[in-house]
Amino acid sequence: MQEGPLRPTTMNIVVLVKYVPDATGDRQFEEDLTVDRVNVDGLLSELDEYAVEQALQIKEKRGGDGGEEVQVTALTVGPQAAEAAVRKALQMGADKGVHVIDDAIAGSDAVATSLVLAKAIEKIGKFDLVIGGLAGTDSMMSVVPAMLAERLGLPQVTQASVVETQGDQVRIKRDGDVATEVIGATMPLVLSVTDQSGEARYPSFKGIMAAKKKPVETWSLADLGVDADQVGLSVAWTAVEEATARPPRTAGEIVKDEDGSGAKALAEFLASKKFI
Amino acid sequence: MAEVLVLIDHVDGAVKKPTYELLTIARRLGEPSAVFIGAADQAAGPGGVVETVKKYGAEKVYVVDDAQIKGYLVAPKAEALAQIAGQAGDGPAAILLPSNAETKEIAGRLAIKLESGLITDAVDVAAGDGGVTTTQSVFAGNFTVTAKVTKGTPIITVKPNSAAPEEAAGAGVVEEVAVTISDAAKTAQIVASQPRKASGRPELTEAAIVVSGGRGTGGNFEPIEKLADALGAAVGASRAAVDSGWMPHSFQVGQTGKTVSPQLYVANGISGAIQHRAGMQTSKTIVAVNKDEEAPIFELVDFGVVGDLHTVLPALTDLVNASKS
Repeated sequence: MQEGPLRPTTMNIVVLVKYVPDATGDRQFEEDLTVDRVNVDGLLSELDEYAVEQALQIKEKRGGDGGEEVQVTALTVGPQAAEAAVRKALQMGADKGVHVIDDAIAGSDAVATSLVLAKAIEKIGKFDLVIGGLAGTDSMMSVVPAMLAERLGLPQVTQASVVETQGDQVRIKRDGDVATEVIGATMPLVLSVTDQSGEARYPSFKGIMAAKKKPVETWSLADLGVDADQVGLSVAWTAVEEATARPPRTAGEIVKDEDGSGAKALAEFLASKKFI
Repeated sequence: MAEVLVLIDHVDGAVKKPTYELLTIARRLGEPSAVFIGAADQAAGPGGVVETVKKYGAEKVYVVDDAQIKGYLVAPKAEALAQIAGQAGDGPAAILLPSNAETKEIAGRLAIKLESGLITDAVDVAAGDGGVTTTQSVFAGNFTVTAKVTKGTPIITVKPNSAAPEEAAGAGVVEEVAVTISDAAKTAQIVASQPRKASGRPELTEAAIVVSGGRGTGGNFEPIEKLADALGAAVGASRAAVDSGWMPHSFQVGQTGKTVSPQLYVANGISGAIQHRAGMQTSKTIVAVNKDEEAPIFELVDFGVVGDLHTVLPALTDLVNASKS
């Protein structure tokens, strides 16, 4: 029997990236009580950069000379501007991008978002890992990975501070409140990583130039087989009734410490509030 | 009255305070039924879970023996809750879970299984004409939002310290539940666990008082810890302190760490960047000690001291200790 060249196995990683209002900017609600995602400066959710980084590290470890072919796809759901999140991931080193964009998606809650993500991931095709960041820096709901895993019928392994893969096995470390745990699971699965997992790389000049040639596919809901009436604000399973700006905290008393006066004044304040 | 399911928060059968807060809230909405997922022998007997939750009004206690599912991640717990919710006639009036990383994942899966709306990190829950209304604090505490679940059974995760636990005698009728867990739910498991060393201090997210340190500590957390112990407080840290390796990540308060909402938050040597504010801005009373009078943290405080924490805190600790004797 003639031996052919070893065919490298292919591994597919989907990284979820989200375009969010800049946390340092002025964030607002719109009249329909959804988050204003148009009139604010946005960026790739900082927490998702760690997910991109981990995907690229797995690609580098398993890929390389004679290694597996590892393909990293950055996936985002959002308005036109959200493409910036995908572009950033491509500049960092992801291979291709998918941007799901559809007017009907505006105002979707986590439930609908997870539906769109699940359908998009199924359309991307065979995948081994879906990696997301800890939580969007805007909603902090952090339930989308769990909902997505439930929809895909997969385990989710979350809050990883260290990620290792071998064959179809994944091992992660996570620092919980009561214990540090090592978790083992079999791919395919949904993984989320924390900001402790490793500093995200800055795109290099070469990376920025290369990203311009990388493909970004744009899909509508129809492309995913999702009906417009399955998503959006009107079918959300929750409804915001009222959003009130919290009154600014009234400036308190500030004293300068001089020869122990600060501690004394602070102790008196705490005593007046019955803390001591 | 309709049943309200409350997932019991516990460590090896020791029930944690947020459970009592949830049972107190559940009584506003209907009849509290507590759900215990744990070792069956921890449920019964004096000082057992059933007796403990009865005191806070649990009319029923569902006991799910976790012998089959211990060590697996959240999926089996979500399946167990979904089955219990399915047993309760028209379905429960609401399902309440304490807000933490694990329960939010359980809640996320549960919402899809039950096709029900989910609200996370509520700071208040009230019964209203059109159903259960929740209050959340969003965008680093800059907005207060009231919301309702409009589909299915409201699934709500509630932040610690959202209600003062009130005792009320409940019937505490035990119902043992045999749940069927799918193989798919058992594909991720804990293979090793290193328990964190007990500090003897209250847990960060549940503490009534939190004393935190940041860059200004220069890595010396002793003045922070001593003040915390004098006040019976938990210790927290800013991201700068954690990134410098001075404190473990589990102490971090802020956007990428814990969100706390104590009665009193004492920020020391912390500038008060938005990332930190996001984790503590809803504290009832905020005080700060910082050398830099321009530090943004002073915009938030009820009382602030411009000074060196290394001299102010030890003096304050002495005053606190003196006031106790």
